Amino acid sequence: MTLPLADILAILPELIVVAAACLVLGLDPITPAPRKQWLAWLSVASLLLCFGLTSLQLDERVMAFSDLVIIDPYACFWKLLLYAVTVLTILMSLAYLKEEKIHLAEYYGFLLLALSGMMIMVSAADLLTIYLGTELMSLSLYVLAGFKRAEGRSLEAAAKYFVLGAFSSGILLYGISLLYGLAGSTRLSAIAMSVATRRLDDPALLLAMILLVVGFGFKIAVVPFHMWTPDVYEGSPTSVTAFMAVASKAASFGAFMRVFLEGLGGLKANWHVLLLVVCVATLVLGNVVAIVQTNIKRMLAYSSIAHAGYALIGMVVAGQAGAEGAVRSLGLASVMLYLAVYAFMTLGAFTVVAMLRKGGLEGDEIEDFTGLSKRQPVAAFLMLVFMVSLAGIPPTAGFIGKFYLFMAAVQAGLAWLAVVALLFAAVSAYYYLRVVMVMYMREPQASARLEPRLAASPVTAVVLACAVAGVILLGLYPGPLVALTNQAVLALK
Amino acid sequence: MAIPLSYYVTLSAIVFITGLVGVLIRRNIIIILLSVELMLNATNINFVAFSHHLHNVAGQVFVFFALTVAAAEVAVGLAIIIALYRSKFSINVDEFQLLKW
Repeated sequence: MTLPLADILAILPELIVVAAACLVLGLDPITPAPRKQWLAWLSVASLLLCFGLTSLQLDERVMAFSDLVIIDPYACFWKLLLYAVTVLTILMSLAYLKEEKIHLAEYYGFLLLALSGMMIMVSAADLLTIYLGTELMSLSLYVLAGFKRAEGRSLEAAAKYFVLGAFSSGILLYGISLLYGLAGSTRLSAIAMSVATRRLDDPALLLAMILLVVGFGFKIAVVPFHMWTPDVYEGSPTSVTAFMAVASKAASFGAFMRVFLEGLGGLKANWHVLLLVVCVATLVLGNVVAIVQTNIKRMLAYSSIAHAGYALIGMVVAGQAGAEGAVRSLGLASVMLYLAVYAFMTLGAFTVVAMLRKGGLEGDEIEDFTGLSKRQPVAAFLMLVFMVSLAGIPPTAGFIGKFYLFMAAVQAGLAWLAVVALLFAAVSAYYYLRVVMVMYMREPQASARLEPRLAASPVTAVVLACAVAGVILLGLYPGPLVALTNQAVLALK
Repeated sequence: MAIPLSYYVTLSAIVFITGLVGVLIRRNIIIILLSVELMLNATNINFVAFSHHLHNVAGQVFVFFALTVAAAEVAVGLAIIIALYRSKFSINVDEFQLLKW
């Protein structure tokens, strides 16, 4: 059997990312220590190349490798978002890793491997490729979570992430095996056809669907599968936390939406109820528990859980019985819009957190931000913008994201859900603005404690500029991104 | 005499639940890892049984991928466990208290 050139071309971006990862890992031992950051620039260059290639594929719809992989605008949207997130993560890591004295080139290799797994997830048309992509992403992230090998917290985070991640993969795989038994194939289109001919209350089919919800629920961190999130986000190196919170969530949502709409679209009535319960539970628990957190990484972890809850509203809308096609599309498009917006504001917030140092350690308590506006007015102002955006206050991008989601919910006849989400968005303003209050209203204490300082570097400044530009520009002028998501979502089904 | 499909699926379900319960109640991280392996192998039984029943080879192909991934997962998992043991001299999950579990 020969591999047709067309198939190879279709997955060229994935191949480039994997090749770059191997190149970074291979060059690492022969690169002298002062030049290690060249490998980071090599990774960035490969990603820019992929960005160009994927932009060219944006209007195509190609199936490759006997329908294992699909390249459509939907997949390309997620890939473009993932490239942007990975480039920003690599840039923010440069200064952070040096500060933590863990500047090792394999870090970039693992980031790229995780990225290639995510790219496979979002452009998979078969449960086999989705499983392989998920595992490639997760295995790389387990290693990255424990990257601060000298620190017990990081190792514990890696162990917890590994145990719960492997557990959830096992559940996901069991669901896939049941679906295979029922449909006779793991291809999403074949599963959709088989589901259409079956009775919808077939217990095996429902069990398979529930197992898939559980498996994906762990990956996107929604209640009640969120237990690992705060611990892992707190313990992991901050740059890795940002990458996990943004990229792995986006990729998992991408795969989740494709599986449930293209594969299990016939079961809408069943998963709609399930996701509705999960969505409301996530909104309530994520927002309420975030209030009592004193560690900012833990607070942002609960906030990321809450944001997954907001994004789920779009999925619930897409599964709503009686909603028109246009409303369903609006629901899905607003999930994509929300996750793109969420990426910029969360990356920005984590970049500020990564810059804050206390002695030789990270200053990751909310207390460490006390009086930041007096000492570092620019950083404090940027953090203010990100917090305001996370809370969803106009004119920031966070408001636009929430606005489209709530509008979709109202149009689908789920006004009560929009009201609940709005109430908890108000609750979330309390804990986001508390950070702002600590920065602006409290005087820096002249105590014996080590004075927190900012480890700024030009590259980090570029990352912050990109993030804040994304938050403000998307807030004032969301048109192009909205158009892109609307176009991308048409490719589903 | 051919063994009916339901026997295989029942066996797989029993093995899967054994693994599931093992992950949830055991406190030794190695045992937890082995329980995860039980879950994955239950899946493989399912795939092979369905593949045989449906006269469709895709399920057996899936098993090869699942086995490979499981091997990679164990490699990463054991590496993490060794690093953890070096810093804490314990592999009992109850003693990992730096982060609230």
